[in-house]
Amino acid sequence: MSHVRYIDKTREYYRAEGYDRAYEWAHFETIPFTSFATLGKPLSRCRVGLVSSGDVVRRDMEPPADDPRRLVYALPADLPADRFLSRKAAYDRYATTLEDVDSFLPLTHLHRLANDGIIGGVASRFQVIFSEYSQRKTLDVDAPEILRQMREDGVDVALLAAV
Amino acid sequence: MGLAARYLEEQGIPTVVFGCARDIVERCGVPRFVFSDFPLGNPTGRPHDPDSQRAVVKLGLDLLVSASTPGSTLVAPYEWSSDHSWKERVFTKAQPFLDPEATEKWLARKEHYRELRGQGRL
Repeated sequence: MSHVRYIDKTREYYRAEGYDRAYEWAHFETIPFTSFATLGKPLSRCRVGLVSSGDVVRRDMEPPADDPRRLVYALPADLPADRFLSRKAAYDRYATTLEDVDSFLPLTHLHRLANDGIIGGVASRFQVIFSEYSQRKTLDVDAPEILRQMREDGVDVALLAAV
Repeated sequence: MGLAARYLEEQGIPTVVFGCARDIVERCGVPRFVFSDFPLGNPTGRPHDPDSQRAVVKLGLDLLVSASTPGSTLVAPYEWSSDHSWKERVFTKAQPFLDPEATEKWLARKEHYRELRGQGRL
């Protein structure tokens, strides 16, 4: 069976819920591209950054107060994955769970891949973004902040896992 | 998430997006995409299946290195279940996507966000 058409499904779903204006999903005619070869080094020497949209917080700390601005924030990537949890409500809670952090934030696997010499290392922090309100905010505020942190951390390549 | 990937890529950082909503990610257009045909929530492998998780991450890394043109989608070779009824049921009245409490929170946050924006505080 073919993949789910979420754009059509959500449009119908929210129309039935009484929302009259359909969400405009981001769409671009062209796609930027940076060839891996331009880095001039093998993956085994690359530091990997990670971005999650999973509303991730630490289990061992009081979660930060809900910031209505929903700005990007960073968490330490060198903690075991089970020290984190997702507070995200927007996932298919009937079909799956977010209990296993590595199924949406693959910290365990990235550290193992680094130990195995397949990647050079894992950035010391990963970033969590919220993208449900404003595409402009993602582009003007969050993405530049992720870039700034990644540059500071010496990130060569980035993985972005959309929950 | 697609927007952030595009931005990083424009600034010289090669990226790969992992996701379960193929149409949304492809409509945006991202440099590299590993698609898992799973329910929304597990873009990097099946829960409690570390082998598949590592394999999906590895697919992304391989794509990172091998892709020579923008917009490549790689489909992870895992089926969620032989029963595909979850695909029919998602986003239906029978299965409200957010529970009432989460919906209320979402709307309140959204309103608050709009207010802040209206006040020029964003």
